[in-house]
Amino acid sequence: MSLKLLNIRKSFGTILANDDISVEIGQGEIHGLLGENGAGKSTLVNIISGSLTSDSGTISLDGKYLDMSSPSDAIEAGIGILHQEPLVFLPFSIVDNFLAGLPKSRDFDRKLLQDDVRKISQEYGFDLDPNALASNLTVGERQQLEIARLLWMGARVLILDEPTTAISETQRENLFTTIKLLAANGMSVIFVSHKLDEIQSICDRVTVLRKGSLIDTPTLPCPTSELVNLMFGEYTQDIPQNQSVIGENLLVLDGICVKDANSVIEEVHCKFSEGEIIGLAGLEGAGQRILLRGIAGLTKCYRGRIFFKEKEITNQSYKWYMENGFHYLPADREGEGLIQGLTITEHFALAGNQSQTIDWNKAAQLAEDKLREYSIRGTVTSKPEDLSGGNQQRLLLALMPDNLSVLSMEHPTRGLDIESAEWIWKELLERSKNGTTIIFSSSDIDELINFSDRILVCFSGTIIGNLLSKETTPYEIGSLIGGIHS
Amino acid sequence: MNPETLAIVISYATPLVFAVIGETITEKAGVVNLSLDGSMLLSAMTGFAVSFTTGNVVLGLMAGGLISSNIALVIAFSSIRLRLNQIAVGIVLTLFAAKLSAFLGQDFVRKPGPSVQDLHIPVLGDIPGIGPILFQQNLLVYSSYILVGFFFWFIFYTRQGLNLQAVGERPEAAYARGIDVNKLRYFYTALGGFLVGLGGAAFSLDVKLGWSDGHIANFGWIALAIVIFGGWHPIRAALGCYLFGLLQLVALKLQPLFPQLSQVLPIIPFPLMIMTLVFINHRKIQYLILRNNVFGRFITGRAPSALGESFQRL
Repeated sequence: MSLKLLNIRKSFGTILANDDISVEIGQGEIHGLLGENGAGKSTLVNIISGSLTSDSGTISLDGKYLDMSSPSDAIEAGIGILHQEPLVFLPFSIVDNFLAGLPKSRDFDRKLLQDDVRKISQEYGFDLDPNALASNLTVGERQQLEIARLLWMGARVLILDEPTTAISETQRENLFTTIKLLAANGMSVIFVSHKLDEIQSICDRVTVLRKGSLIDTPTLPCPTSELVNLMFGEYTQDIPQNQSVIGENLLVLDGICVKDANSVIEEVHCKFSEGEIIGLAGLEGAGQRILLRGIAGLTKCYRGRIFFKEKEITNQSYKWYMENGFHYLPADREGEGLIQGLTITEHFALAGNQSQTIDWNKAAQLAEDKLREYSIRGTVTSKPEDLSGGNQQRLLLALMPDNLSVLSMEHPTRGLDIESAEWIWKELLERSKNGTTIIFSSSDIDELINFSDRILVCFSGTIIGNLLSKETTPYEIGSLIGGIHS
Repeated sequence: MNPETLAIVISYATPLVFAVIGETITEKAGVVNLSLDGSMLLSAMTGFAVSFTTGNVVLGLMAGGLISSNIALVIAFSSIRLRLNQIAVGIVLTLFAAKLSAFLGQDFVRKPGPSVQDLHIPVLGDIPGIGPILFQQNLLVYSSYILVGFFFWFIFYTRQGLNLQAVGERPEAAYARGIDVNKLRYFYTALGGFLVGLGGAAFSLDVKLGWSDGHIANFGWIALAIVIFGGWHPIRAALGCYLFGLLQLVALKLQPLFPQLSQVLPIIPFPLMIMTLVFINHRKIQYLILRNNVFGRFITGRAPSALGESFQRL
């Protein structure tokens, strides 16, 4: 009783995305699929779930060979996939999400289905009201909806494609509980991730891919360093160290209050020095984002004053902020940071340009140089949507002007593989050494402690902690994030 | 306002109802058929010409539907197969079909021809009040009622209707569930186009009899606006058509009383529509009525998310 992949091979043009991959996944097994961006995980997952057909090789489930040419063939055979962004119809009710595209063999009956939804919800501890609209669900609940639907469709193999990227810590724990329960009920689970700790904590075995080839399938737990070696080859971990030299007071926030439609931060009193790195901790929506926008001059504060080099700048325009070395990098790199549809050359032409005309040769040359300098995998004609998350972040850094005074940055390394994350921090530390004050938000406590001089903890719209990172502990930060003063 | 006047409103708005329902289901599938004004002109001309030549109104209506359906298929093909921009192709086809109707219709200008005959429904037509308004009309009007009811039921209460919404909402998810996205898009674009054509032919065979250059008085553009006003909901869309008809009539009646406003009154429906849209899309109003029930869906109509986007599998 198992899913068996034998000699799967798939190429796109001259690139061999999957080279002769063979894996067997047992019933009730949670099987990890690990690899850095571009290692061939997505291709393999797309082949198993019917979105792509392999050039050669076979897939069999319980000894029966499968011939799939679409995702619906796959689910009919018992293989379901939960996409990174769940493929849910937002304006539909939960019941209608089950019913859309219903195979002819099943009855179109909303009443009966309501009972089924309730039954599955109860069994797996989901909180799904059959008549609720999917648009009112959180991403975690949308995942539950999809898992419930795939179960209802008769999935015996469930593929989860980087399921923890967009959900909160609590939702992640719930998801892991669900996965374990599914496996205990006999489901074979394929868990795709590039997060080592997640793979370690939940998987029985893990298949590691590198450049399209299967490197090894170790049984877990095994030392994390071994997994890193399998992922990157003989790769020595070299975590950059924060050795920033802190200069004089640069920026002073005197009781500022900033808000937008969704969030608010109030009464922030704080002084930032030249070259200092400040981490903002807190749950999603606790006020970090709006504070970062306020500091960068993007959102005006409605109370309080801001001083920069001892001059008040509270009411200056965003243009003034930009001209004086303030810079903001958002968490939504593709949507907010870069411009989809414009090439890298066009991005550079836009970024540095003061004149009314564009010298395209110069822009292309600049783009070419920066691509090399920041080792971005792409060409000058690539568009942001063609780049991986790591390369998008590198591009954003490459587009920043030199000699910044204040860099206000959301989630510097969220969703990035280890190699890119380290590279990003090396670059940021270099900037800080040259005098740039960096204020960043992160949900990764290790990242906050490793790289910041000071950590400010946000909790429901106020700063409730101002800690020196050398003297604090993950436990203290964690408690403050949850609103508990120890 | 007496029953006869309201009856006129209903029959005046009927071509719009056909066109608006047709465009609504096309857009529900994710395709924008922007050629409505041209399509309706060409089918108004074709419908009249065929009826005039054969003496058969039904043949004229069918011919009008078919010609418009073919224009719609050009849009479907160019967007699905050739991956061209639906807006651009739609606008070009509008101009093309309009000019073509003027050219081909030269021999039929201002000729008296056949028209759809009235048919009084026995029992319903005798109900005091609404009987004379709704049921002393013709078969075309009655079939428009059935059409609105049918598509309301079809879209929200049937398997195929849900699949139709799925295709326009999130084609990649529809595909993952085994729906043949592009096949449905071809089908509903052609079907929608057919209804648009019926609307065009109904105009020249029932509302403003005969044929003349630019005959349909911009009903195509108005229909496109009413689809949005109707929130992609068949019943709301039909009510939009009747409201438009009513406002036009009010303007007509008021003109003798306020001759100095004669240029202003006919355009009142348009700002009124925009204001209504602003009102129901206001955040507070949306919040009050944002419920997953029949009424909520009726009020909070919004465009299919993948409207105008082409779909290609991996």
